[in-house]
Amino acid sequence: MSAIQPPTSRYWWKQPLDRVEGTWIAIALVWCLIMFFMMPYWHIFGKQNLANEAFRTTPEAYQKRTQDMVDKYTVRTETDQKIPVVHPPAGSDVYLIARLWQWWPLLELEQGKTYRLHLMSMDWLHGFSLQPENINIEVHPGYDHIVTLTPTGAGTFGIVCNEYCGINHHNMASKIYVVP
Amino acid sequence: MAVNRMFRVCPTSGLKFHQPAEALMKVNAVAAVVALLVGGILAIGVTLTRWQALHLLNPEWFYLFLTAHGLNMLVYWIIFFEIAVLYFASSTLLGCRLATPRMAWAAFGLMVVGALTNNYAVFRGDSSVMFTSYAPMGAHPLFYLGLILFAVGALVACFVFFGTLVVARTEKTYVGSVPLVTFGAITAAIIAVFTIASGAIILIPTFLWSLGLINHVDSLMYRTVWWAFGHSSQQINVAAHVSIWYAIAAIVFGAKPLSEKVSRGAFFLYILFLQLASAHHLLADPGLTSNWKIFNTSYAMYLAVLASMVHGLTVPGAIEVAQRKKGFTKGLFEWLRKAPWGNPIFAGMFISLIGFGFLGGISGVMMGTEQLNLIIHNTIYVPGHFHATVVVGTTLAFMAITYFLIPVLFRRKMMFEGLAKYQVYLFGLGMSSFALFMMGAGTLGVPRRHWDMGFANALLPWEFPGTAWLMMALMGISAIVAFVGGAIYLLITVCSVFLGKRIQTPGFQHVSAHEGIAPLPASLAPEPELHPVGMGVAGFVAPGTFVLAIIFLVSFVLYYFVNWKYLSTVWPLS
Repeated sequence: MSAIQPPTSRYWWKQPLDRVEGTWIAIALVWCLIMFFMMPYWHIFGKQNLANEAFRTTPEAYQKRTQDMVDKYTVRTETDQKIPVVHPPAGSDVYLIARLWQWWPLLELEQGKTYRLHLMSMDWLHGFSLQPENINIEVHPGYDHIVTLTPTGAGTFGIVCNEYCGINHHNMASKIYVVP
Repeated sequence: MAVNRMFRVCPTSGLKFHQPAEALMKVNAVAAVVALLVGGILAIGVTLTRWQALHLLNPEWFYLFLTAHGLNMLVYWIIFFEIAVLYFASSTLLGCRLATPRMAWAAFGLMVVGALTNNYAVFRGDSSVMFTSYAPMGAHPLFYLGLILFAVGALVACFVFFGTLVVARTEKTYVGSVPLVTFGAITAAIIAVFTIASGAIILIPTFLWSLGLINHVDSLMYRTVWWAFGHSSQQINVAAHVSIWYAIAAIVFGAKPLSEKVSRGAFFLYILFLQLASAHHLLADPGLTSNWKIFNTSYAMYLAVLASMVHGLTVPGAIEVAQRKKGFTKGLFEWLRKAPWGNPIFAGMFISLIGFGFLGGISGVMMGTEQLNLIIHNTIYVPGHFHATVVVGTTLAFMAITYFLIPVLFRRKMMFEGLAKYQVYLFGLGMSSFALFMMGAGTLGVPRRHWDMGFANALLPWEFPGTAWLMMALMGISAIVAFVGGAIYLLITVCSVFLGKRIQTPGFQHVSAHEGIAPLPASLAPEPELHPVGMGVAGFVAPGTFVLAIIFLVSFVLYYFVNWKYLSTVWPLS
């Protein structure tokens, strides 16, 4: 009898496990448990974990906090649109706005210093994709997500939007400068 | 009203087809293939645009094509085909009449109307919101309405399936327990009910929101509930194509499951844990705790992964045992070397199994790990993964079983039989490398659902490395191979079903079940000895399969830890 016919034995669940299956199940189960414990392990010993810190807020409130930061710490502007480049002090709260179809403002961070980066969208979903590190975080409207991060290398990094957000999605890109 | 009890017995396979069930399987399978045709044409536009050397479509058309491609492939092609599989696994395998054929026709009608309505909304041009249609990005109300109608139809079809199981039990058309393949189909149907319920919970409010009757849909709530629909629907596929693997092993080799208990137990683990996987999609989202993410995305400690690893062993294991019984006992792999590689039913199934396990399975578990997700979330790695699972896994398994169904269900001679031999290889290998190159590009950061990785019109463009461009070009070339394979499948299927020579059986007639179908044995025969003494190596009945499984495990472990190593080099964050 085969898999497309009823089992020949009425009491098929009494058939003992054969060795090839038993061994494989044991090995696979151990591997599954190792994979499971890797996640809590990395929370304790690893350095790359996504924060659990997020707050509900409104676009207006978030916009205001961002504007306050921009007013205090802008060092120059770039492009024809005069997008401010902000150099906030190490350890401070840094705000980044995601909106159709722009990241605002431009950030200049210091290598090896730690920042509390806030991410929130003003409208639809966006995706914060930091290149070439390839760190990817979903950006929601109404949720201020705080990620504590430490740039380790100096240079110019890219931010690409990788959550589809409409017809100009592919033009939504920006930069983060990391200075030594 | 009299119940139609007319059956025919297939002279080649011995399967019993209930007349109305047969017609319903046919129409559902045909609707599926039409969706595959539409989705396939759209796929050409999408891929040849992402291969930036060609950059075929403008952004409007690209995003529209991508939306329609996702819906026609992931929803309409697969679910129509699955409904046909459900009717086959219940009515045909249990040799009983289909419950309420009229309801089944109503279900089919709703599904067709839903699919057309939804496609209409997309092709109007104002609903390019992707398969996921994340609120607060809104589509035309007909977009959601179409999906809802389709889902209601699918739900009705699931209940026709459950009703048929009841009919078979009441009318005693089988003895003992249902066949393993039917058990797998039950798993798929149970997951389908959960999936469709989740879809209703999120799509109905979103539909009302699109009409202006509700003023706010929260983006995180939408994603959380939508994925209980979006991901779970892919778990229906897993249960369905694993059932088809078992069915093909049985059809081609007469293979018997190594043990019913293990295979059924693995399906049962799917029912309990597979749906938790929808949390994979929320690993990079704010507002959910790590505890929630770890528990759910590990399917409660990877118990559903364990189930797939079990099926991955027991399907080829059953084939190996069947082959060894036929005398292919030399060494570890004679059973595999001497397998009918020229038979597209077997070859398609085996490539589906290997591709699903090695490419789809390993990449899926990697992406589904809370921290590792950070380095691939929403990159083109993600579609790379699911083309390995849904296309190499599910679609190729469906293609393989089609070659069995053309003569058996449609009673037509297969046309271009010589081409079918190559079709599964072209499609399977083309699609596998397509998926692999997408994963490569995703590792280098290339985003998914993105019209221009060159950022030609962006104010602050980002320049991807040359390797990423190369990967995308190789992806395009592999896709062309897969398109040829897909086109041959469509050519063979459509021509055979509509133009193929009818298979005539002398003296053929439908017979009423009361007179025609042979009575079942009153009781089951005594259990024959399971495996001949001395079979296999060191007490392992399927040693070759075990070696393959260990190779799989080693690749899995290496790839998993390579990714942790890579993660440890990116900017620390907490």
